[in-house]
Parts: sequence; C-alpha cells; structure tokens
Amino acid sequence: MSERICVMRYLTLLKGPRPAAPPPPGLMDAIMKLGAEATAVGALLETAGLAPSATGSRVEVHGGALSVTDGPFAEAKETISYALYEVRSRAEAVEWASRFMKLHRDLWPGWEGEVDVLKVFGPEDMPGAAGAPGAPGSGPADPPGPGPAS
Amino acid sequence: MDEGGSAAGPAADPRHVVETVWRMESARIVAALARIVGDLGLAEELAQDTLVIALEQWPADGVPDHPPSWLMATARHRAVDLLRRQARYRRKLEEVGRATPAAVEPDLAAGLDDYVGDDLLRLIFTTCHPVLSTEARVALTLRLLGGLSTAEIARAYLATESTVGQRITRAKRILAERRIPIELPPPAEAAARLASVLEVIYLIFNEGYAATAGDEWMRPTLCGEALRLGRILAGLAPHEPEVHGLVALMEIQASRTAARTDRDGNPVLLPDQDRGRWDRLLIRRGLASLDRAAGTLGPYVLQAEIAACHARAATAADTDWDRIATLYAVLAHVSPSPVVELNRAVAVGNAYGPQRALPIVDGLDLPGYALLPAVRGDLLARLGRVAQARREFERAAALTRNARERELFVARAAALGRTPPRSGQRS
Repeated sequence: MSERICVMRYLTLLKGPRPAAPPPPGLMDAIMKLGAEATAVGALLETAGLAPSATGSRVEVHGGALSVTDGPFAEAKETISYALYEVRSRAEAVEWASRFMKLHRDLWPGWEGEVDVLKVFGPEDMPGAAGAPGAPGSGPADPPGPGPAS
Repeated sequence: MDEGGSAAGPAADPRHVVETVWRMESARIVAALARIVGDLGLAEELAQDTLVIALEQWPADGVPDHPPSWLMATARHRAVDLLRRQARYRRKLEEVGRATPAAVEPDLAAGLDDYVGDDLLRLIFTTCHPVLSTEARVALTLRLLGGLSTAEIARAYLATESTVGQRITRAKRILAERRIPIELPPPAEAAARLASVLEVIYLIFNEGYAATAGDEWMRPTLCGEALRLGRILAGLAPHEPEVHGLVALMEIQASRTAARTDRDGNPVLLPDQDRGRWDRLLIRRGLASLDRAAGTLGPYVLQAEIAACHARAATAADTDWDRIATLYAVLAHVSPSPVVELNRAVAVGNAYGPQRALPIVDGLDLPGYALLPAVRGDLLARLGRVAQARREFERAAALTRNARERELFVARAAALGRTPPRSGQRS
C-alpha cells in the first residue's frame, strides 16, 4: 500500500443548485442506506441536511465594517448537507463522497452538483504532536499520576 | 473523476483507487470468503487473488461503477470456482478408487446472499479465538479486520515484518490444524469468547494510547483501528452492554488525546489537562454509547462510567471523586487487580482524604510498578510524613523507565527536602 494511513476526519459539503423539485424518493432511500452502511463500518460520525439559505443569514466583515444580511444568498449554489467522516486516508473520504455522488447521478437524471472534501485539523497537524509519550501503564482508566502537588 | 478543468491536483489514479477500496472492503470480502471456503488462510489467498485481478483490470478498463460489488462478486466467483474444482477432483479420485481427502462442504447458496454482518462477526470471533496467543490474535485481527498490511502492523508494534508475518502465518495454521470452525460461538462459550474479542480490541487501543515509542503514525492509527472495530462490533452486537461499554471507554479516552501532551511533547496528567482541548464530539458519542449499556455492571461499562465522571467535570476540581471511588469499589469486585486497587486508592484519597487511602496502598504488591510508590509518596506527603514520602518518590524515580516521569518524581522528592541521589540515566 502506497500511502501512510492515519486516522483523520473529513468534512464533506454537498453543494448544488436550489432544486426546482424535491429529490426523487428513491434517492433519499439510497442515501439513508449508504449512511447506515458508512455508520456501520465506523466511518460516518455525523451528518445532517441543511435548510435553504433563505432561512439563514450571513455575517461579514468588509472594509473594517460588520454587516449582517439575511438569506437567500446571492450564489446560484446552495450548501445542501454536510457529513463528518473518520477515515484513514483522503482517498477513503473521496471514495465515500464518490459513492454518495453516484447515487445522485444514477437516481436523479440531469442533477448537477459537487461535494467539497475538506480535512479537519487534528492533533496530528499540531506542532509537538509527533510521537509524544503518553501516560505509562495499562490501568483501567488513565493511570493515576502522583496527584497534584497540593 | 473525468474532466477536472480546475487547478486541483490529479485524483483517482486507478491503482490508488484499488488500494483504497480494498482497504475499506477487505474485511467484508475475507469474511464472506471464509464462510464459503471454511478456512482463513484460503480465504485470504482468494482475497489477494481478487486484489491482483483488480490491479490488473481497473487501470486498463477503468474503475467499475460500484467497486465494492465488483470486488465481492469477483471474490465469490473465485471461491465457488475453487470449490467446484475441488469437488470434481474428489469425484475423480473416487472414480479411480482412492481415498478422498477431507474438504469443506461448500455452502454455495449461502455464498450468494448479500448480508455480510454475520460474516464479520464470525471472522472476528475466529481471529480472536482463545486458542491463539494474545499477540497472534492482535496481529491477525489487524490484518484481516483492519486491512492493515504486515508492514504496517510491524511498524505499529515496533517489530520486524518477518516476525509479524510469521505470527500471522502460524495463527492461521493453528486455526486450521485445530479445525476451529468459522462460526459464532455456541451459547455456553459466548461470554468468554466475547470477552476475548473485547480484550483484543482494548489491547490494540491501549498499545496506541500508552505508546511511549514509535513514530507519530502509531498512536492515532492503533487507537483509530480499535475504535473502528469497536464501533463495527457495537453495530453487529447491539444487545451486548459490554461492547457499548468498551466503545464508550475508548471514545472518552480518545477524546483527551490532544490534551495529553503539551507543546513540547511532555505528558500532561489528567488533573492538569486543558479540558478545552478535549474532543467534545468523542465525549458526546462516548456518553451516548454508555447510555446504551445503562444499569449493567461489566468491567468495561464500569471503566467507561469512571471515564465519564472525568469527562463530565468542567474542571478537575469538579470531579465527582465520591462516585469514582464507589465505581472502583464495584470494579474491584467484578474484575479485581492490584492496578484497580491502586486507582481506587487514588479516588478514595481524593474523595475522603489520604488517611483512608493509605491502608489500601499498603496492602498492595506491584513489583517494579513505579506508580505504586508515587501514589504512596503523594498520600504520605499529604499526611505530613515528609521523610517517608521523599523515600517513596525516590523509589518511584528509580523504578520508572520514562525519563520525563523520572524528572517529575525527582522534583517531587526534592521539594520534600534534600536532593535525592540521582538514580538511573537521564535519557
């Protein structure tokens, strides 16, 4: 195997046009089934759908000034859902996202959209994370330290 | 991925896709094959054949639309083929009137259903079979259920590849020689066999959690593998409270990973950890797993309950030591060990004071275990018995093999009076 594996989290964001019609029911069933499968193998930690941006707001800083604008946002694309995966490589996260998008391709003819697969910073990305020793011993919980010097 | 059209780097090299999908699916493929052919070694060989075919075909013909189904169908096809050839071979032998070699009776129809959950359960009960040594169980489980290569397992355990390879080969041979069936354990053995599975998973977790050597890859990988196996097991055996207890324990312990070392890589003990760096998602998941096991008193559930007490405390001062001491008392009944008693002493000392805890520690014998004199020293110091406390910390400093811990004990001893003699090398 070519790539070093490590436990990583990826946030995936599904983006697509504001649909004129609701998605076909077959697609929703297939998405639920895929989600159950990804959960069963320990890869999917969390997922949820997002309401249209019309129900949200945007808070911005531009030119040193803060402004708040209620949705809908001007962009043609809406963020439709998110998922948080815990996987062993970027390629695994991409594979889950691909399976998810193939369902859209196969069950919703004409639909177009994208999933951004973004790495969540983890302890492995922090300075001083490399190979630091943990507490010794193999007690049932964190082994007791010598206790606070009180 | 077809036309990129953007500045994004190339993705989806077919070879890379094969490797990725393989790692994701190999446990299920091996599990299905093991049920069809009844032998782990043969199942793994057939699975490897399938991988080779994918590596040949996908780069040439493109990645199939549904890679997992392709792999599973190809693997089953090869298994059924092999069994047919074996059956033909046996018939031929019978025709020429020689003895028939024993072979598994293939359950061809069973090989064609699509449900893999039970296959995975059968596989993990087999790789964790008590007939194997603990080391062999761990290696075989990481290989067949984690999809880790021999090289990766070797790196995680700081062993040579040939050592790990031999361990795995020997384990498969023992299972074959002892005719261990690949099946769910019979009811009479279920509890003991499940305990063995849970032990293997927790050992893998602890190897990563308590890692004092190895590269930065090791700790998160082993902890992550153990968590993944635990989550899978919880999905397959949802009515087993101890499985949820183990998952809860691992999720809550893993939630502290970022806080367990400071910027310089020094260990930070639980009371001193910055709780803002604890992973709230893992804590939430851990507490939810614990809820599913509520009201039961198995050793993993009890340990998870203790971990949960720490997780629920906003600051170290908020820790419910009273409850932790009670939980340790129950744990000492359910799963007695000197280490549990030592932990109970710490909890009792924090809940009711050092004079109640000291008798517990005085009754313990843990040769070579530095934390015993360290805990004793701390209790004596709090009772004002300074000279005795100093001696205990000097003893702890001499016993520990961890340089940073030694510094800590030497400092505690020094703070209690004259500088102690340096024992051991600073490394």
